[in-house]
Amino acid sequence: MPRIVVDVMPKPEILDPQGKAIVAALPRLGFTGFSSVRQGKRFELTVDGDVTPEILQQAREAAEKMLSNPVIEDVVNVEVVAD
Amino acid sequence: MTETPLLGSALPDTAGGEAANSLLAGARIGVVTFPGSLDDRDAARAVRIAGGTAVELWHADTGAEALRGVDAVIIPGGFSYGDYLRAGAISRFAPLMQEIVRAAGSASAANLLPVLGICNGFQILTESHLLPGSMLKNDHLKFICRDQKLRVENNSTWWTSDYAAGQEITVPLKNQDGQYIADEKTLDALEAEGRVVFRYVGLNPNGSRRDIAGISNATGNVVGLMPHPEHAVEAGYGPESASGRSSGTDGLGFFTSVLSKLVGGTK
Repeated sequence: MPRIVVDVMPKPEILDPQGKAIVAALPRLGFTGFSSVRQGKRFELTVDGDVTPEILQQAREAAEKMLSNPVIEDVVNVEVVAD
Repeated sequence: MTETPLLGSALPDTAGGEAANSLLAGARIGVVTFPGSLDDRDAARAVRIAGGTAVELWHADTGAEALRGVDAVIIPGGFSYGDYLRAGAISRFAPLMQEIVRAAGSASAANLLPVLGICNGFQILTESHLLPGSMLKNDHLKFICRDQKLRVENNSTWWTSDYAAGQEITVPLKNQDGQYIADEKTLDALEAEGRVVFRYVGLNPNGSRRDIAGISNATGNVVGLMPHPEHAVEAGYGPESASGRSSGTDGLGFFTSVLSKLVGGTK
């Protein structure tokens, strides 16, 4: 069944506390090539049947109204993934 | 909701005697319970200690009667829906929240429902857009629990009128996602309109912008804050204070404020 993937990231101007903790821990494992990490969220919405334009629009609205909080996050990607 | 008082009678003797007590008890304050609410019973107990009547409200109840005719609502602390998605993000869509948003935000200005959001309740109020901004994980990334000093910056809201402007109070603070954030324009507007109701004093425990601990909406009926006044209402179970160990009751003013306003007939 097809899925709609929604990616949400903290806004660029917001310091991401979790990303900051991760980047500080990476060198402890010898991963020294990374200067910053930002942590976001990936949602996979499974669709029963075809992804119609209406269903894709619903996913976009859900991404803006529920899956992200526009005060602190941006929806950076909404795409259909066929299995 | 009935429970055994921990310290004999929970109701203090007030100067006004029986008549004043029965008047206060006529004021009904609803306390919302979501799946994962933690401090709903404490909030209800605080209402009773202040002299009011606490009314249980259930998140899934629908329609105007879901509010059970209460005069004000407290959205308590905890981890509603396990903080899934974002703290408060799923609770916002509870049927009862739709009623609260309508009654607190879009009813006629003369009859707005007073709402207090504490900790997770504050997070739910921002997710519901009753209050601006949002909460991020604490800047130091740790859960923090401490007796926190606050300054009451605005004593003209429904929930702060029993405090003096500029009064410093100490109540417990306990959270992981307590860093208040909003864009500069919103912060400037909050400051200009006197809507920063509480500020952290001595130590900013979570990196909140401009040391903001709590804010109100434009009409002052909706107030949200991260610290927990309901845990500082009863000697023996409060923060440390000058008068003795665990004897701090600085949080009681939240509950007496709204009761005084309700009984005073200003609603």
